[in-house]
Amino acid sequence: MKKLILIAFAAVTALTTVGQTRTIPSIELQDIDGNSFNTSEILNEGKPILINFWATWCSPCKRELNNIAEVYDDWVEETGVVVYAISIDDARNAPKVKPYVDGVAWDYTVLLDVNSDFRRQMGVVNVPHSFLVDKNGKIVHQHTSYQEGDEIELYEKIKKLSKGETLD
Amino acid sequence: MLKLRYFIVFVSTLLTYSSNLFGQNVLQEAAKDPLEVHGNFNLTGQYYLTDSAIAAPPVTEKFLYNGYANVIATKGAFTAGLRYESYENVLLGFDPRFQGSGIPYRYFGFDNKGLSITVGNFYEQFGTGMLLRAYEERDLGLDNAIDGIRIKYDLGNGIRVKGIAGRQRFFFDKGPGILRGIDGEIYLNEFLSSWKENKFKLTLGANFLSKYQEDNNPDLVLPENVGSYSGRFTARYKNFSLTSEYSYKGNDPSFDNGYIYKEGQGLFVSASYSKKGFGINLSAKHIDNMSFRTDRDESLTNLLTNFLPALTKQHTYNLAATLYPYATQPTGEVAFQGDVTFRLKKKTWYGGKYGTRIMINGSAAFGLDSTRLNDLDSARKGYTANFFSPGEEEYFQDFNITIERKLNKKLKLKGMYMNMMVNNDITQYSGLNGPFKGKLYADIAVLDVLVKLNPKNSIRTELQGLWSKQDMGDWATLIIEYTYSPHWFVAVMDQYNYGNPVENNQLHYPYATFGYIKGANRVSIGYGRQKAGLFCVGGVCRVVPSSNGMSITVTSSF
Repeated sequence: MKKLILIAFAAVTALTTVGQTRTIPSIELQDIDGNSFNTSEILNEGKPILINFWATWCSPCKRELNNIAEVYDDWVEETGVVVYAISIDDARNAPKVKPYVDGVAWDYTVLLDVNSDFRRQMGVVNVPHSFLVDKNGKIVHQHTSYQEGDEIELYEKIKKLSKGETLD
Repeated sequence: MLKLRYFIVFVSTLLTYSSNLFGQNVLQEAAKDPLEVHGNFNLTGQYYLTDSAIAAPPVTEKFLYNGYANVIATKGAFTAGLRYESYENVLLGFDPRFQGSGIPYRYFGFDNKGLSITVGNFYEQFGTGMLLRAYEERDLGLDNAIDGIRIKYDLGNGIRVKGIAGRQRFFFDKGPGILRGIDGEIYLNEFLSSWKENKFKLTLGANFLSKYQEDNNPDLVLPENVGSYSGRFTARYKNFSLTSEYSYKGNDPSFDNGYIYKEGQGLFVSASYSKKGFGINLSAKHIDNMSFRTDRDESLTNLLTNFLPALTKQHTYNLAATLYPYATQPTGEVAFQGDVTFRLKKKTWYGGKYGTRIMINGSAAFGLDSTRLNDLDSARKGYTANFFSPGEEEYFQDFNITIERKLNKKLKLKGMYMNMMVNNDITQYSGLNGPFKGKLYADIAVLDVLVKLNPKNSIRTELQGLWSKQDMGDWATLIIEYTYSPHWFVAVMDQYNYGNPVENNQLHYPYATFGYIKGANRVSIGYGRQKAGLFCVGGVCRVVPSSNGMSITVTSSF
């Protein structure tokens, strides 16, 4: 019976969402300077946005963001993309996020999601997990995990979005 | 079952008749917004082999799995969600009481001009979580979500208030205790118009939390209502930041503290300075009798109300992370940590062409400076402790340094050295050689080499060594991981306990993983022996128990 309800729930929602899009939910977070930041303010004036979930204890996450940091100036210049790096570090490591981010000199907007509220609302299972948002604020692509070189495919998509093209 | 049906009826009724509640505006706006549905799915299954060498227990079902799916639906200001979980039967290493399938998590919520209401299950944290943190670590089998009501109100002038009430999840049921709490925070630079442009920034917060649990003890008269409160601040000036939280808890005799009637208190202080290319953080804390659960008789991670994380580095390399990790002693400890990250400039003789990243971290944890009281037949306070004064007994110590350098477009090096001490009279690890007494000292070294064959093909190798004269002695680990971006990866790993003083336990732990990733879908298959701990491969980290066999993991977000 429980399963029936679940299946019914899933079927109904699936039917009503055919062709639907997805936007960024509104969750109250903090930036690394301690100011409150609502995720509905994740905007980039019609240019593409990359939202990347990471943590200080996650090696592949840091590899990805460090690799992007090396080419970030070129990315911004060519496409106007902006990166929001969402740290899911909890109270154990959250105080170390800003010293780390400054220490490795990232230019991203870094937000703290200390109790994984935004992560949960975005459906992220593991980090790293990234989302691409188009000029209309719609989430048009997501990717889980990071392997060396993944940023090449990611950048191809960002370039398409910056030209107003749709992703397949 | 009935409860869930009532819940769905309640939600739909509320949605239908909510115009009276919210007025037309919210509804009209929500009507224009599209219905968005998303969520995720995760399955970890394992086929178990018997392995007497690592004392892997026999699994009569042979195959076990943990699986769940989250579905979240939003329409304008309205959100509803649920999680179906299935453990038929639950994986080894998780509490067997998870066994079964069902919907232990469902909620409905809405936002209306700064007022946000959640009914059903929710996760919540007050301050740093010293008194309240309801959260989930699904890979650890930890989920202490609250089932009840939450009200948040953002007054819009820098003041935020939230209140919660409910009971915590206990496997597929709820715990016996009830939580009631309120938290308020004020950001003075938003609240005071004269402070808007101030370079000095100040946030103040406070909360009160109370739990009710019936006195169930025939021998002791127990407090049924336990009150607790905490205050906190964060101050920032230019590149400096200072944050602190103090908490106090009324007497709460429990299994954890040996049923003593002593009050609890905790203090956490953290100071940071950072600028581009350099960051430092210094932290300290005092924890005294702060174990907090909604069932005084529970243990392990069950029905935990607060979050008292260890003030140590969370290591990622296998030998450093999985063999002797440290957890806070909630009954009492004093701990310190320092953490520095800096970058050597690129295009210099010392920084190299691409720059060099250096991370240095040190931490130490001590017992309380306490005096035992012989009063278990009278006041039962148990002991007295001096505030913020480390005792003579050291529990844990770690010093580590990590250096990362890209040599050229094809080669990246990372090295880590660590020296640690863990006091096993406190941590009570029991590995393959059984429990051991006293302090364990170990040196750990790691060399991590990444070779980029071409832009999409890479081979990463990890060489790790752990040297110790205590417990299981010396270890070596070799990991070779080949990735073909963006879809494929294969990794092989061997851990070898070559220096184990018990010759029969000088074992190899070989493990191979193979996987495929596309977008938000990831499938991986692993085979071999695994030790317990944080396990990172193919770009994802998760926590696994020890075992032998074949495992499959499927992850998907939609």
